[in-house]
Amino acid sequence: MTNVPATPGAADSGAAPEPAGERKVSEGLHFARRNPKLLIGTGIVLALLFTGLIGPLFIDQGPNVYVGPKSQPPSSEYWMGTTSFGQDIWAQFVYGLRSTFLVGALGGGIAFVVGTAVGFVAGFKGGLVDELLNMFTNVVLVLPTLVVLIVAVAYLDVRGVVVQALFIGLTSWPWAARAVRSQALSLATRDYVDLARLSGRRTWRIITTEIAPNMSSYLVMSFILLFGGAILIAAGLDFIGLGPANGVSLGLMLESAVAWSALQLGMWWWFIPPGAGITLLVGSMYILNVGLDEVFNPKLREL
Amino acid sequence: MWRYMGRKLGIYGITFVVAVTINWMIPRFMPGDPVSSMLNRASVSDPEALERMNTYYNEVFGLDTPLYQQYLSFWSGLLRGDLGISVWLYPEPVTDIILRHIPFTLGLLLPAIILSWIVGNRFGAFAARSKILDNTVLPLGYILTATPYMWLALLLAWALGVVGGFFPTAGGYSFALTPSWSWPFISNLLTHWFLPFLSMFLVALGGWAIGMRNMIIYELEADYSNYLQALGAPRRLIRRYAFRNAMLPQITGLAVQLGTIIAGALLTEIVFNYPGLGTLVLNSLNNNDFFLLQGIFLFVVVGVLIANFIIDIIYVLVDPRTRVQMTGGAS
Repeated sequence: MTNVPATPGAADSGAAPEPAGERKVSEGLHFARRNPKLLIGTGIVLALLFTGLIGPLFIDQGPNVYVGPKSQPPSSEYWMGTTSFGQDIWAQFVYGLRSTFLVGALGGGIAFVVGTAVGFVAGFKGGLVDELLNMFTNVVLVLPTLVVLIVAVAYLDVRGVVVQALFIGLTSWPWAARAVRSQALSLATRDYVDLARLSGRRTWRIITTEIAPNMSSYLVMSFILLFGGAILIAAGLDFIGLGPANGVSLGLMLESAVAWSALQLGMWWWFIPPGAGITLLVGSMYILNVGLDEVFNPKLREL
Repeated sequence: MWRYMGRKLGIYGITFVVAVTINWMIPRFMPGDPVSSMLNRASVSDPEALERMNTYYNEVFGLDTPLYQQYLSFWSGLLRGDLGISVWLYPEPVTDIILRHIPFTLGLLLPAIILSWIVGNRFGAFAARSKILDNTVLPLGYILTATPYMWLALLLAWALGVVGGFFPTAGGYSFALTPSWSWPFISNLLTHWFLPFLSMFLVALGGWAIGMRNMIIYELEADYSNYLQALGAPRRLIRRYAFRNAMLPQITGLAVQLGTIIAGALLTEIVFNYPGLGTLVLNSLNNNDFFLLQGIFLFVVVGVLIANFIIDIIYVLVDPRTRVQMTGGAS
């Protein structure tokens, strides 16, 4: 997930972030309100989040209950049609959105915490600690995430959304650690950081009060990218059949659509909505991210 | 340069050891007895065969010997190329099964990676700093990278295969034909290959185009570009310099993206029931064939490491700075 768009530190790792002040915040808001990418992206993400939160409240039966006639195309009663067992696809979709957001937030959150912690410590401490952490990061970076996850998750007897998110979080952090490290490295030699060091403050406090605030935009953007990445990985795992048992998610919907040959039967309403949901969600997150990048980074504004 | 290469090789060596150790640890430290749970779920009906398999796997796992001995014997088996025997296709060694499926995956992966990289870079460089293209290509690129591989595969299979009827949607070749080097078989192979290739190509394309576009914009901001512009150099010349500089991060990106693209290949193969490693993963999962699964894992890791090393060599060839001193590419 690294080469993805506007990866913090990829496009302008040379330009060190400037200290943020009160005026910068209002300036940011000024540009944020005029940035269509940011507005459209945020709008779509929020709309989907809202659907996932509110939608299930209007559904009386669970998402996997056989409620209606079999293999119905979309109609006014079943908005997205039904599966070949008579499950309501709209119900599955809104519940699936919910678990997709959950996996993204949890998995992306864990990866974010691990990645930034490793990155900060490596970048700030330097020396042997940096060498070791960097080597560790590189090792995890080279391992193909999904394949490791397939092997690990296959042995689990009980699979849930939380366990899945935990595994995803623990394997997808390396590029964030690298991006944060390179930023922290450039900030660690600034005068005000030296001053803080001289005043005898603890490492952790220097990192949280002096370094992190000055790269907050990078951190926000890394989190969004990790969030999107976690959703895509989770969808892949679900699709292979390693999703949460008896649960519902957009990836599981795709899996069952393929398993029950929706493709050959021409039941497009079964496999288009879940994939479209994932694409729309992750895509608008990426676009939102570019918008954020343009707001935070003056170099990109003049387009 | 040699130091740079040695460092890289060291990292890959460690990664390999870590991967093997993970592979060894997972069945032993996950809750439950691996042998019985594997064989229970594998639903072998013949009691005599079950007995034979039970003793075989108990011996392979060597669960009654101390841990370090299990670990060492795991390595010695590995170095002899012995990855165990499949449960799903019982008496057949895992290595043989995997080797039979690898050509299909490679045939899909290599063209998709290389072509999408080349085309995406050209496209991204072209789109940078041109308002109209930027506003159309960019959102499209983001949508493409955000697309789950299997979904685009499903869409293409549905639109071009089921509805359009242009391409077959399942299998690696028609079962009516026997594999041979004849024209009908090769053309049949190609028609089956095209849709999985296209869907992987498209998803990967978006990421490269966007990465290149961002890099070009960054390079055009650099001092050398401004200087050239001030000298009155033609736009094309500045662009060419910017492109060459922007290539370097894209080459590194190729190494980093490999894992994602391979994962995408596995998922795409499942959609098309293409006889590569992806379908093999699915089969081994459905049959609880963990030896096969772990064998595939090791093969993929080794493949990724080799590819990373090749990319490193290319990087050294392309970027002269790494040859002189290891300032440029040291990671």
